[in-house]
Amino acid sequence: MDQSTSAAGQPTADEITDAPTSDRALGAPLVELKRVNKHFGALHVLQNIDLTVRKGEVLVVIGPSGSGKSTLCRAINRLETIDDGTIAIDGKELPEEGKALAKLRAEVGMVFQSFNLFAHKTVLDNVTLGPRKVRGMSKKAAEEHARKLLDRVGVGNQAGKMPAQLSGGQQQRVAIARALAMQPKVMLFDEPTSALDPEMINEVLDAMVALAQEGMTMIVVTHEMGFARKAANRVVFMADGQIVEEAPPEEFFTAPKSERARDFLSKILTH
Amino acid sequence: MDDLLAGFAELFAQYDVLAAFWVNIQLTFWAAILSLVLGTVLALMRISPIASLQWAGTAYVTIFRNTPLTIILTFTYLVVFAQLGIALSDDLNATFFWYAVIGLAVYHAAFVCEAIRSGVNTVPVGQAEAARAIGLSFLPAASMVILPQAFRGAIAPLGNTLIALLKNSTVAVAASVANETSSLMRTMIEFRPDLMVAIFLLFAIGYVILVIPIGLTTTWLSTKLAVKR
Ligand SMILES: Nc1ncnc2c1ncn2[C@@H]1O[C@H](COP(=O)(O)OP(=O)(O)OP(=O)(O)O)[C@@H](O)[C@H]1O
Ligand SMILES: [Mg+2]
Repeated sequence: MDQSTSAAGQPTADEITDAPTSDRALGAPLVELKRVNKHFGALHVLQNIDLTVRKGEVLVVIGPSGSGKSTLCRAINRLETIDDGTIAIDGKELPEEGKALAKLRAEVGMVFQSFNLFAHKTVLDNVTLGPRKVRGMSKKAAEEHARKLLDRVGVGNQAGKMPAQLSGGQQQRVAIARALAMQPKVMLFDEPTSALDPEMINEVLDAMVALAQEGMTMIVVTHEMGFARKAANRVVFMADGQIVEEAPPEEFFTAPKSERARDFLSKILTH
Repeated sequence: MDDLLAGFAELFAQYDVLAAFWVNIQLTFWAAILSLVLGTVLALMRISPIASLQWAGTAYVTIFRNTPLTIILTFTYLVVFAQLGIALSDDLNATFFWYAVIGLAVYHAAFVCEAIRSGVNTVPVGQAEAARAIGLSFLPAASMVILPQAFRGAIAPLGNTLIALLKNSTVAVAASVANETSSLMRTMIEFRPDLMVAIFLLFAIGYVILVIPIGLTTTWLSTKLAVKR
């Protein structure tokens, strides 16, 4: 199914009344942001962000370019520091730099727009590096686990190749496997499909939908409405560093409350 | 031309030219290893997240890159050895040799550090971010992800540093290293001024023969080992 065009299709009445089905039993709060602020110089990129993501929840973050979506994502595993406020993962506040932070990061998987596979290592070594060096897993156990994950995202037959030999879609699926290999509590995706050729988008989205269905907690920055409708419990709309609106996907896409969101949706729906 | 060849023959017969080059090769070899280790540590300091280490690394590079090599070698010889009397070996010649190696290494480490840093700049920031994101802290991320790629991007500038080191090893005469090429050349000029042209050409050609393979090897290695992105 073509996810990007289905997004533009009108939802059936059934889907609307059924919206809460995606509200599958959610667990305790896993990621909690409280009054988070971040500046880049004079630019206030994150303004008093309050956000709670529960265990098993799939949250889609959407919004115009420069609204702070990437910064939000990166702040959650502290690739970006924040000025004030608190961010906690599974009840533990993000530590300063050092061992404790590295440990916490290992529990948060991250998938980047530009894949960022280790260019000098094979696909298999990309996936086993973290488990071996951070988790202290044996080479054999790590490779066994890695091969399972690579199979799961459909690139098991590429294990011996170098990243540059793979297509973008394959690289991104390897990146997902690499993040999953750490057995993270939550996965962050920052526009995972926006650097891909159109014909490769679905193979990555399918892997993400499967992950969502298995109950993984996910925070996904994406403009793929097909994915949001299929997998998300909630859509958060950001503009100018603020969370302007949040709603279940169907409700957000069909009846956005704010002017900003209506304006934004009309733009991404027409092109 | 025949005169020149006859001159070379006489020089080879009268002096141990190959032994002199061998001293410079040994100086270069040990100084290269030492400066590679020291330069890598300095590069790590300069890319580390700890401000005081960054500062120390930068200070080192600034000081040693801007100090003439002769002064560094004379200092190690006159102050560290002659004044403080720290002998590295019972054999005086060996002591001079190792002082020269240390002086050369200390100086060239600054250039090695900068070569590696230029290699680090060829590694996209996303590589470091991905390493941190899977939970690697600075040292493991640097040693397993950043440096392996940085070295491959730094082979050409490292090769240039090695060539400079080999040529600079002739300055070791300032640390009283005996029997190396520049001291031999002086001896030859003193005793055989009649063969002046042959003497100059002999050493010039000798260094060209040593340097060209280094250049060719590093060029070949840097394309062969380049990280494909
Ligand atoms: N390292 C940085 N230094 C200075 N400004 C930055 C930096 N990173 C991001 N910004 C600015 O912060 C704002 C928010 O950036 P961010 O990347 O979070 O936006 P985004 O919502 O992800 O946008 P996009 O959809 O284009 O990816 C932008 O105006 C951007 O130019
Ligand atoms: Mg972004």
